[in-house]
Amino acid sequence: MKATATPSTANWVGSALSFITKWGTVLTIFILVAFFSILMPSFLSASNLVTILRSISIVTVIAIGVTMSLTVNGFDLSVGSVATLADSLVISMFVWYGLGSVFSIVIALLGCLVVALLNAFLIVKLRIPDLLATLSMMFIIEGVAMTYTGGGSISEGMPRLDGTPTFGKLEPVFRLIGQSPTIIIIMLVVVAVVHVFLNYTKHGRYLYVVGGNLEAARLSGIPVDRYRTLAYVLATLFAAFGGVMLGSRIGSAQINAGAGYLMPSVAAAYIGFSVGGARRANAIGTFVGAVLVGVLENGLVMMSVPYYAMNIVKGAVLALALAATYFRKR
Amino acid sequence: MASHHRLEMKGISIEFPGVKALTDVDFSLESGTIHALIGANGAGKSTLMKILAGAYDTHTGQVFLDGQPVEIRSPRASKQLGIEIVYQEVDTALIPYLSIAENIMLDVLVNNMGGRQWVNWPELHRSARKVLERIGVRLDTNVLVQELTLAQKQMVLIARALAGDARFLILDEPTAPLSNTETEELFRLMRDLAHNHGVGVVFISHRLPELFEVCELITVMRDGRRVAHHGIADVTKKQIIELMLGHRFDETYPKHKVEIGATLLETRGLTAADGAVTDVSLTVRAGEIVGIAGLVGAGKTELCKTLFGAIEIKSGEIRLKDRPLRITSPHSAVTQGLALVPEERRKEGVLVDEPVYVNLSAASLGKYCGPLDMINQRSEREAARKAIKDLGVKTPSEHQVLAYLSGGNQQKVAVGKWLISKAEVYIFDEPTKGVDVGAKQEIFELIGALAKQGKGIIYASCEFAEILGITDRAYVMYDHTIAKELETAQTTEEELLFFSTGGK
Repeated sequence: MKATATPSTANWVGSALSFITKWGTVLTIFILVAFFSILMPSFLSASNLVTILRSISIVTVIAIGVTMSLTVNGFDLSVGSVATLADSLVISMFVWYGLGSVFSIVIALLGCLVVALLNAFLIVKLRIPDLLATLSMMFIIEGVAMTYTGGGSISEGMPRLDGTPTFGKLEPVFRLIGQSPTIIIIMLVVVAVVHVFLNYTKHGRYLYVVGGNLEAARLSGIPVDRYRTLAYVLATLFAAFGGVMLGSRIGSAQINAGAGYLMPSVAAAYIGFSVGGARRANAIGTFVGAVLVGVLENGLVMMSVPYYAMNIVKGAVLALALAATYFRKR
Repeated sequence: MASHHRLEMKGISIEFPGVKALTDVDFSLESGTIHALIGANGAGKSTLMKILAGAYDTHTGQVFLDGQPVEIRSPRASKQLGIEIVYQEVDTALIPYLSIAENIMLDVLVNNMGGRQWVNWPELHRSARKVLERIGVRLDTNVLVQELTLAQKQMVLIARALAGDARFLILDEPTAPLSNTETEELFRLMRDLAHNHGVGVVFISHRLPELFEVCELITVMRDGRRVAHHGIADVTKKQIIELMLGHRFDETYPKHKVEIGATLLETRGLTAADGAVTDVSLTVRAGEIVGIAGLVGAGKTELCKTLFGAIEIKSGEIRLKDRPLRITSPHSAVTQGLALVPEERRKEGVLVDEPVYVNLSAASLGKYCGPLDMINQRSEREAARKAIKDLGVKTPSEHQVLAYLSGGNQQKVAVGKWLISKAEVYIFDEPTKGVDVGAKQEIFELIGALAKQGKGIIYASCEFAEILGITDRAYVMYDHTIAKELETAQTTEEELLFFSTGGK
């Protein structure tokens, strides 16, 4: 038993392999950046780098939500729809009801909190496998968001579907959320806070313990149901916050605006597993994952790869990340 | 009806890393007989039968069928000789979402399809029904296996074994989860197979009365050797118990003299929701080590888990220091002063992928938390280092991932987690399982030290020598309830085994 793979017996191939699994993602980012900047010198310009960071901000925050669900060895597929719902809620509060920024954001988050509790109820109480529970929730929330907006989009000055004119305006403070540098700062703060929460607080530790071995956690006296609920609530809240950022960024509510964020968020969170040898979902890794996805997307756009071919590349990156995560586990 | 066959194993030995599991064992089985195989836990019964079933290929010795030497190095080779085994864990061998027919005919579907690509459903069901008829079991072959009771699943497994024309059938502790009527039904089937169909049956069981009821021959094993082979009519239960125990390699048990105080924990009529524990009343006093003795499947683990809230309580009450406890979950048990070191260490007791310090603080993390529930890493690590020293855990540092520690050291960490948390009553479920002799001593010392501090200890074990060695008083469990209460100083291993095997 002891002879298998203790660090000391690993040969150089093994240590090279483990270096690649630990730092491969970061390495890939550097290689991609080098590659793109040789082809296109403007890639490395400060303004483009800020563009990349700005473009990944929303993905990162939603991906942090996915990360939360992954800590308890769960999975939340509904984050994209939640972002859509939050977008619809927050914009409608401004445009339809003329509320201020604080109220609009709080109401959007509270609305999504209901979703979070439903998710948790389905998974923790009814014991539906997380993937399936959140898959059904994904459709339900998508439908709810669309029903709420009447199947259309919402923006300033646009009358409601029944013809009622609207007079609400988006406040400048709210607009600020979606602009750089604010949006980048928000992202970095979220990553930092979640990193501290997961690694330095009791609750973060318990989330990982629950995810690592549910039965051992339960028999250690950890209230496992409570922590699994917490994980799904936080997942939804971060996704909702991502939706609010999205609303601010585009200044309107669009049909299924958040759906496109699901895939890159899941990719970012899974790519993050291996970063620095963490071997588990973690905030910094997720950020690095989002940077990888963002660099790739930005570079490909600059190389004028058509948008409809982009998903091929993004999907391939996700497959690679998953391969790196699961291949080592054997 | 069937021709007569004789299966012989000669000089079988097998070693696993660090243990010699079997030494020079002879065993033989004939068509038409029911042969009992008995031995204490770890005696090597299951290993011997697994060799017959082709589960290992590293054994030495010879197997003969009707005098001809045969090689059994794979499950397939074993099946080709007509040997079928029904393992104790029926669920691992069945596919729950397939029908009874498919499960019965699984081997045929997997191995005997030849070049055929299409399943002939009517024929499949017909063949399955035929097998069920042969063993006299009435089940609809269209029903999914997941809807069956445990006893019915066992019947399906036996049917599967017979679908491949088994000449020899091995039943590994089939009666442990069965009710009395289900057991009777199984015995009827065993007799029918042996006497009317010429099948040679091996019956492994811990329940002596059952062996005497249904078997003709008995082989007793101890410490990886065959110690006796008799016609069952030639021996008594008492003799068999003596043979099973034999003269053991003497371990020393560090038993400290401890002043025993007032009653700490008391249960009355404790019954678990799923019937795994029925009507258990026991008391534990301060400084007292109370043993729960019993064989595998008697309900010891279930009792421990019920006390700890990990199995739902249906009725009965639990009192701690004369206050009634309301235990609804392990979390509530911990907050009310109970601690459990579970039996399945790697599955339930420790976090194998986490470092030692995370394991040690898992049950008491709140103690190291400052404002905002931030973990004070320095005090957490410091406490971990202290615990490592106190417990004598052999690890390079508190950062070592637990998977790299030996079983004994992992167990010390599993115990250490609760020492930090300061409980009133500690429940140990088979704490020495898979632990080497040296670490065992240290674990006994730990338990003794806890008793000295006036804690109450519940010590569940199927190792009777341990029960005698370290407890003050013992309850013997049989069939999910307490069969007997004994003063440790006035009892013997024979007596413990007598009550554990259903003696009255």
